[in-house]
Amino acid sequence: MSLGLLLLLWIAAAELTADASVLPQPWALWVPFEKAAASGALPYHLGMTLSRVVCAFVPAMAIGVALGFVMGRVPVVDQWLDPWLVVFLNLPALVLIVLCYLWIGLNETAAITAVVLNKIPNVASILREGARALDPNLGAMAQVYRMAPLARLRHVIMPQLAPFVAGAARSGIAVIWKIVLVVEFLGRSSGVGFQIHFYFQLFDVAMVLVYALSFIGVMLVVEALILQPAERRVRRWRTA
Amino acid sequence: MIKVDVRRKTYGKEEILRDVRFEMEIGETIAILGTSGIGKSTLLRLIAGIDPVFRGEITRPEKIAMVFQEPVLLPWRSVLQNLTLVHPELGTGAALSALERVGIVDKAHHFPGQLSLGQQRRLALARAFAGRPELLVMDEPYVSLDPTTAEEMVALTEALIAETGPAVILVTHSDVEAHRLARRCLRLEGKPATITGDFAPRSALVTSEGAL
Repeated sequence: MSLGLLLLLWIAAAELTADASVLPQPWALWVPFEKAAASGALPYHLGMTLSRVVCAFVPAMAIGVALGFVMGRVPVVDQWLDPWLVVFLNLPALVLIVLCYLWIGLNETAAITAVVLNKIPNVASILREGARALDPNLGAMAQVYRMAPLARLRHVIMPQLAPFVAGAARSGIAVIWKIVLVVEFLGRSSGVGFQIHFYFQLFDVAMVLVYALSFIGVMLVVEALILQPAERRVRRWRTA
Repeated sequence: MIKVDVRRKTYGKEEILRDVRFEMEIGETIAILGTSGIGKSTLLRLIAGIDPVFRGEITRPEKIAMVFQEPVLLPWRSVLQNLTLVHPELGTGAALSALERVGIVDKAHHFPGQLSLGQQRRLALARAFAGRPELLVMDEPYVSLDPTTAEEMVALTEALIAETGPAVILVTHSDVEAHRLARRCLRLEGKPATITGDFAPRSALVTSEGAL
């Protein structure tokens, strides 16, 4: 419904500007989309961007969760790392990206590192709240009954952190793909960001929109097929 | 043999416990009485080893179980898993018969949230006894239950204690519960709290039951 309204707004705006080179009508995108898809360029660049998103998402979540958990549980670590967190949270993504390219070089490592560094503080600060909210009674129970550390982590701690991890993951994936696009825009020769850079120089609004919308489509599918079912699974006990 | 010798326990500047000393045998049940806020729960946490920060010494056996004021279950795991995850040495069969013993075997594959409070407490009891503990620590296990359910729970606890034979330390403010379950009572009083009485529960208290 609200998406339909957005579409109507688009059509009206395109009608008003009446210049396909500034804002083409939605249906005018179909032909360039088909062409790009058939040539293999669109799937290739979508794939490159998606693989960068995954490569950045996994370490950013793993490091962020671990860091946030330790900060939430150990006050000394929190005291030491909290100023770092504030600095990195407020450092513009662009600065980190440029610095990574300058220091590491114009390569894949720099690109992924820049995205991971951008995302870690965010995940860590969400997970720190989760770790602070852990139920002390459950901790006491696990301690009295001498549950093994791994069992404790898996069955006592992680289920309590799950809503925070899910929240960090969903906001994380959205932020990460946007940063990946900037990284590609600035210094990669493949991916949706690179293509947008290319068509930006040609002032080809239609192709910029084709690439942007295609990737939004991919992310909606990822959200619907992976993130939402995963979240439903961890929440099953609440609704049962 | 369980030896408790707490010389001093403080929270910040406030001294909670001083010179709390007693000994007990495996198979003995002690009730700790005292007004709320006196430090009974603090003492239990020291005895159970949850809180290691105090001056003194506590000798306790290896296998300890605890029943808390709340059921303290894993709400995201099934009733059966609440036993098998806490006691991995227990097979599914043994876990099921432990549930059978407390009368909730038909709920084995439900989540704890689907159980009534009484049933959740039965599960907590099953979990406590399933490991065949040598020391069982109970922190007001029957609060917030209606009288009928509380009575059922006391009877069930009594039977399970008789079957398993652990040392039991029960914190309560109900003289009736103390009398039902324990042969020995310790009274905690003062500020900082210390033991002011070590006595057998008086059967005369049973007559006051009508007043409750």
